[in-house]
Amino acid sequence: MASVNGMLLFQPLLDAKEPASDTAQLPVIMSSSGAGYDALYYFIYWFSVVFFVGIVGAMLYFVWKYRRQKGVKAAPTKDSTKLELTWTIIPFFMIIVMFHVSFDFYIHNAVASENALEVRVRGQRWNWSFQYPNGEGEGSVLYLPVNKPVKLVMSSSDVLHSFFIPAFRLKKDTVPGMYSQLAFTPTREGEAQVFCAEYCGAGEKPGSGGHYSMGAIIKVVSQAEYDKHMQEISGPGDKKPDEWGKELVQKSGCYTCHSVDGSAGTGPTYKGIFGRKENLSDGSSVDVDENYLRESILRPNAKVVKGFENGNMPPFVFTDAKLDAIIAYLKTVK
Amino acid sequence: MATVASPHSGTAAPDPHASYLAQKGLASWLFTLDHKRIGVMYLVAVLVSFLLGGIMAILVRLELLTPGRTIMDATTYNHVFSLHGVIMVFLFIIPSIPAAMGNIMLPVQLGTIDVAFPKLNLASFYIYCFGACFGLYSMIHGGVDTGWTFYTPYSSKFSNSAVIPMIGAAFIMGFSSILTGVNFIATVHKMRAKGLTWRRLPLFCWALYATSIIQVLATPVLAITLLLLIFERVLHLGIFDPSMGGDPVLFEHFFWFYSHPAVYIMIVPAMGVVSEIICTFSRRAPFGYFFIAMSSLGLALLGFLVWGHHLFVAGMSEYSTMVFSALTFLVGIPSGVKVFNWIATLYKGSIDLRSPMLYGLGFIFLFTIGGLTGLFLAMLAVDVHLHDTYFVVAHFHYVMVGGTVIAFVGGLHYWWPKFTGKMYDEGKARIAFALVFIGFNVTFMSQFVLGSRGMPRRYYDYLPEFTTLHQVSTVGSWILGVGFIVMLVMFIESLASGKKATNNPWGSVALEWTTPSPLPLHNFLKVPVITKGPYDYHLATEEELSED
Repeated sequence: MASVNGMLLFQPLLDAKEPASDTAQLPVIMSSSGAGYDALYYFIYWFSVVFFVGIVGAMLYFVWKYRRQKGVKAAPTKDSTKLELTWTIIPFFMIIVMFHVSFDFYIHNAVASENALEVRVRGQRWNWSFQYPNGEGEGSVLYLPVNKPVKLVMSSSDVLHSFFIPAFRLKKDTVPGMYSQLAFTPTREGEAQVFCAEYCGAGEKPGSGGHYSMGAIIKVVSQAEYDKHMQEISGPGDKKPDEWGKELVQKSGCYTCHSVDGSAGTGPTYKGIFGRKENLSDGSSVDVDENYLRESILRPNAKVVKGFENGNMPPFVFTDAKLDAIIAYLKTVK
Repeated sequence: MATVASPHSGTAAPDPHASYLAQKGLASWLFTLDHKRIGVMYLVAVLVSFLLGGIMAILVRLELLTPGRTIMDATTYNHVFSLHGVIMVFLFIIPSIPAAMGNIMLPVQLGTIDVAFPKLNLASFYIYCFGACFGLYSMIHGGVDTGWTFYTPYSSKFSNSAVIPMIGAAFIMGFSSILTGVNFIATVHKMRAKGLTWRRLPLFCWALYATSIIQVLATPVLAITLLLLIFERVLHLGIFDPSMGGDPVLFEHFFWFYSHPAVYIMIVPAMGVVSEIICTFSRRAPFGYFFIAMSSLGLALLGFLVWGHHLFVAGMSEYSTMVFSALTFLVGIPSGVKVFNWIATLYKGSIDLRSPMLYGLGFIFLFTIGGLTGLFLAMLAVDVHLHDTYFVVAHFHYVMVGGTVIAFVGGLHYWWPKFTGKMYDEGKARIAFALVFIGFNVTFMSQFVLGSRGMPRRYYDYLPEFTTLHQVSTVGSWILGVGFIVMLVMFIESLASGKKATNNPWGSVALEWTTPSPLPLHNFLKVPVITKGPYDYHLATEEELSED
C-alpha cells in the first residue's frame, strides 16, 4: 500500500514496464500520431539549434574580434532600414510555416474517427477511473485494443486535472462541469504511463496521495486479450464473492482514502466497518449495515461520518452483483 | 510637517549638491520623497524577497534530490513551491527592475529632479509593504498550497491553506504596480530635460514606458479576478465553481489575461537594462535604436493578445487555439528584432568584458534559449505534449531568471557606483557571474529534457527513471546558490570598504554618468540641457570616454 517510502508512493505507476527510450529527448512512441509528433519536435529543435548557434556564434566572434584595444575606437553606428526589414520579414515567413505545419498536424489528430471505441474517463482526487462501452468500469488501469481508434470522453468530479499520456504525446485537462475529449489510435502493445498534469493538491496525511501519485496505466493489448479482459471484469469468474469484492475495491482505488489497518485516511478505515456504530456529521448516528454501505458507495455525501466532511468522495457506479461482492468483502475486513 | 525630510520642501533645506545618502536617521528614509531613496528601499525589499524565494527554490530542489520523501512531506512541498512562485512573481520580479532600479534611474536618465508625483511614489512603496504584510501573515498562518496561479475550484473550495490573505497580498500589491506605472508614464511625458526629445530617450526609459503601459492596463484585470475569487471563497458566489454554476476555465482566462502581459512587465525592462549595458561596454550607439524602442511597445501590445496559449489543453475550442497559436508566434518577431540589433551593436564596437557586460552577454545567450524554446510551446501540436511539464518550467525560468534576473543583477553591477558611490571587487564579481551562469544552465537545461521525456510539473515524487536528471538539476541549484552568495559577499564588502567610485567608471557618454557618484540630492549639480543622444559615442571627446 501507499507509504512514505518513495518507491511505494508510486505503486500504481511502477506497475508499468520501464519504457524503452526511443530518442534522447522523447519517450517511446505508442500511438499513430507519435512519429509525426517527434518529427515536428525535432524539426523545431534543429531550427532552434541553428538559430542559437548563429546568434551566439556571432556574439562571441564580435566580442573577440572587436575587443577593446588601445587606440582603436568603435565605428559610428549606421542604421540600416533594409537590414531591419530583412530580419523582421524573413522570420515572419518562418513562423507562418511553423504555425501552418503545427496546426495542420494538430487539427488532423483532434478529430476521432466515427467507429472509435468510446471510453469514459473520470478524474477525482487522486485517481483515474474508466468506463468501457459495455458499462463496466475499473480504476487506475485501462485496457485498450491495439490499432483501434479510441475516443476518450473525460470529466472531473472535483478540481481541474489533466490526462497526460507521454507515450501517446497527448494531454487534455479534465474540467468539473464539462466534458473534454482525446482521440488517438494506439499502435504498439505494451504499457503506457498516465500522469495527472494539472496541479490538484495532496492529502494532509502522509501516504494519502496527491497530484504526484495520480497516475494510471494504459495497457495496449491485442483484440483477443481485450475481449478476454472485458469478460473478466464483467463477472466474478471462478472467484468467491468476497475475493471479487476485494479486487473491485482495489481496482476502484478505494484504498487511496480507506485503510484496512484501522488508521484514519481521507475516509474512515474499513477495519471492522461492518456492524460498527458511526457518528454522522449531522449529529445522528448509524449502524453500518448493508443498506448504509450501499448508499455510501452510490451516494457518498448522503450520510458522512463525523470528521470526514472534507473527504469529497466521488459517487461510484456498480451493478448490483458488484455491490453485493464489495459488501461481502467489507464484512471480512476485521 | 516638521518631521518630513524632503529634498524639495522643509525648513532646513539640505545642500542639494550633497549625496542623496548624506542625511542620516531612520525618519529621513521612511518619510523621504526622494525617488532615489524610495528606489533604494524598494531595492532592499525586493532583495529580501529574492532571498526568501531563493531559499524556497533551494528547498524544492533539495526535496527532489531523491524520489519519495527527502526532507519534507507532500503538503509541505506544495506550500513551499507555491510560496516560491508567489514571492518570486509578486514580491520580487514584478517590482524588481521597474520599481527599484527604474525609480532611481528614470528621473536621472531624463535629466530631471524626481518623478512626476513624488508622494504617490512613496505611497506606492508603502502599498507594496502593506501587501507584503498580508503575504507574511498568510505565510505565518500556513501559507498557500495552490501554486502561484490560484486555479479554481481548488483555490476557492478545496484548499485548506491561507488563500485569502495571500490573494489579498497580490490584490494590494497590484495597486502599487498601477500607481508606479501611472507615475512613470507621467514622468516620461512631462519631466524630460530640455532638449531630451523622444528620439533621444534612453532605451531603458523606452522600456520602462512600455512596461508602465502594461502595468496600468493589465493589473486591474488581476485585481478584479482576485476579488471575484475572494467573493467565491468567502461569500460562496458561484463564479468559477461549477457546482455553484460557475466556470473554472473562466478563471484561467481572467488570470492569464493579466499574468501573460505580466511576463512582459518582467522582461521588457530587463531588455532596457541590457540595451544600456551593451551600448556602454561596446562604446557604440545601438544599432536600430528606433526598432529596439518600438519593439518594446510592440511586445507590450502583443503581450495582451496571447494569454490563450496557457489554455491550449484546457478544453478551449480548436479554432480559439488556432488564433492564439498564430498570435503567440508573432511575439517572436519583436523579440528577435531586439536580439539581432544587440548583436549588430557589438559589430565594430570597442568591447570591454567587465562584469556588467558579462551579464549583458549572458542575457543574450540565455534569453535566446528561452525565446527559441517558446517556439516549441507556440506550436500547437508540440505544446500538447510539453504543456505543464518541466519543459515549461525550464522555458519560463530561462526567460525570467536567465532573462530578467540576469539583467537585474547586471543592472545592479552597472549602476552600483551611481547608487552607492563605491566600486566592487571585479574579480569576485566575475567568479559570481561564472557560478551563476553555469549553475543556472545546469539547473534548468536538465529540466528541458525532464519535461520532453514526460515529467509533469509540481510533482512531489517522481518515477525512478527521472532520478538522474533531477539530481543534476539539484546540484545545479547549489552552484547557482553559491554564485549568489559570492555576489552578496562582494556587494557587502563594497559597501563596507569599497574603493570610491568616480563619476564615470565605465567611460560612458550617457547622461547619468556625467553627474557625481553617488548621485547628488537633486541628481545634477546644474540643470542639464540635452544637446545630443545618450549613445553618441562618435561625438565624444577622449576626456568624456576616460574612465574617471
